[in-house]
Amino acid sequence: MERIYLDHAATTSLDPRVLETMLPYLQGIYGNPSSIHAFGREAKKGIEAARASIAKELGAESPSEIIFTGSGSESDNLAIKGVARAYREKGNHIITSAIEHHAVYDTYAALEKEGFEITYLPVDEFGMVAMESLLNALQPSTILVSIMHANNEVGTVQPIAEFSKLLKERKILFHTDAVQSVGVLPVKVSELGVDLLSLSAHKFYGPKGVGALYVRKGVKLAQQIHGGAQERNRRAGTENVPGIVGMARALELANQERIAHQAHLTELRDYLIESLMTKIPETRLNGHPTERLPGNANLCFRYIEGEALLLNLDLKGIAGSSGSACTSGSLDPSHVLLAMGLSHEIAHGSLRLSLGKATTKAEIDYVIEVLPEIVNKLRAMSPLYEFAGEEQSLCTAKK
Amino acid sequence: MYSEKVMDHFENPRNVGELETANGVGEVGNAKCGDIMRVYLQIKDGRILDAKFKTFGCGAAIATSSMVTEMVKGKTIAEALEITNQAVADALDGLPSVKMHCSNLAADAMHRAILDYQAKQQVK
Repeated sequence: MERIYLDHAATTSLDPRVLETMLPYLQGIYGNPSSIHAFGREAKKGIEAARASIAKELGAESPSEIIFTGSGSESDNLAIKGVARAYREKGNHIITSAIEHHAVYDTYAALEKEGFEITYLPVDEFGMVAMESLLNALQPSTILVSIMHANNEVGTVQPIAEFSKLLKERKILFHTDAVQSVGVLPVKVSELGVDLLSLSAHKFYGPKGVGALYVRKGVKLAQQIHGGAQERNRRAGTENVPGIVGMARALELANQERIAHQAHLTELRDYLIESLMTKIPETRLNGHPTERLPGNANLCFRYIEGEALLLNLDLKGIAGSSGSACTSGSLDPSHVLLAMGLSHEIAHGSLRLSLGKATTKAEIDYVIEVLPEIVNKLRAMSPLYEFAGEEQSLCTAKK
Repeated sequence: MYSEKVMDHFENPRNVGELETANGVGEVGNAKCGDIMRVYLQIKDGRILDAKFKTFGCGAAIATSSMVTEMVKGKTIAEALEITNQAVADALDGLPSVKMHCSNLAADAMHRAILDYQAKQQVK
């Protein structure tokens, strides 16, 4: 059976051109970049070239503003804990949104235990944070605001540049988790105006196990991993040299080809969303209709549960993702969908299909053919479906 | 993560739908948790002649519902009451541990259907 991968928001395949760039560093060039001998120097040269390239691609002022990490999650942890602990004297208040990735969201739980106070900004039914709510949340003790650029579940893209203007005037540090948007949307720290930005290589056809954090010059950061002097004392541990070199190449390629991919993805995404919403009654689009990641389609099908939907899709060779409790690893469905005002019942029936640069129209056509049959099959066995149509506002978010 | 038997019952669920001849119906779970199981039983002279189900829920919820309806057919009420959620999971070659509590309620639904039948008998 042909397999169709529509889970690019989870991870992407390694671009063969990226692999080619990495191979010498997996074979001959094995020195430790911290060593002063020739073996170490050639490895060091590789990571410094990668640092310069990534700094340029992100519109940073200097390569020293890039810190290599082991993942997007680590970058988020370093940004938030690093700033919080470095600026503790100045204040203990942090502002974030209610729809952050768990790497950010769960970091606050740790900080709350240390006495930090966190304000979670609400979002509207499309997953947007309002400028006004950010303004109202600001306190004299606010040391950091962290709002994600593009949401990993529903794809909503926040007006980061507008937020940063407001925060810059007030000299409050601003971090954005751009793990979903780097390489997909134009992401320049100079344009977004952020002080810290997280990225992860495997989301843009780079290798897994490597991420980076942009930290504007002058921003203090408390070290989170202790041990060595790597990354200018900001992140101990021998660098993942092949991964770092691969990440730089992946970002160069993604940015070079971005405009074409963006157009291709947006067209297929809109075709997929419109077709499914036409063919399957009582379907809700989650996220913003236009301000969303080009490859993200997130829909709720009422009366059915997400994991059952995913298993059926998998049986047909289609790989997707869901925000149901069964797939979120807790008893509650996705905190993102709940924050957008969806009821638990509807949130359990969510499906995320995230398209990639190699996704074809034929693959999307296959999904459009197969998915309505699966939804019908599950609805036919659902005791909830008997009440279909009794309520009027079934497919709109409950406020 | 699921056994072959779970996937078989998920992919080809047995006894799906409403049972028009049912004289006992039991339901457990709620939509908020993402699981609702409803079991229909046709009982005569203390024996279960037929069973069907309707379920809103994950793969484990559907597979256990399907399995329990297979297990109770032909059984006496006393025998059916002895079937536990664990026995249903065992008959499916086990369930992932996270599913044992949230989605393994099919035997409870079946027991409620029996109680419903018994309550109706007493009214008569």
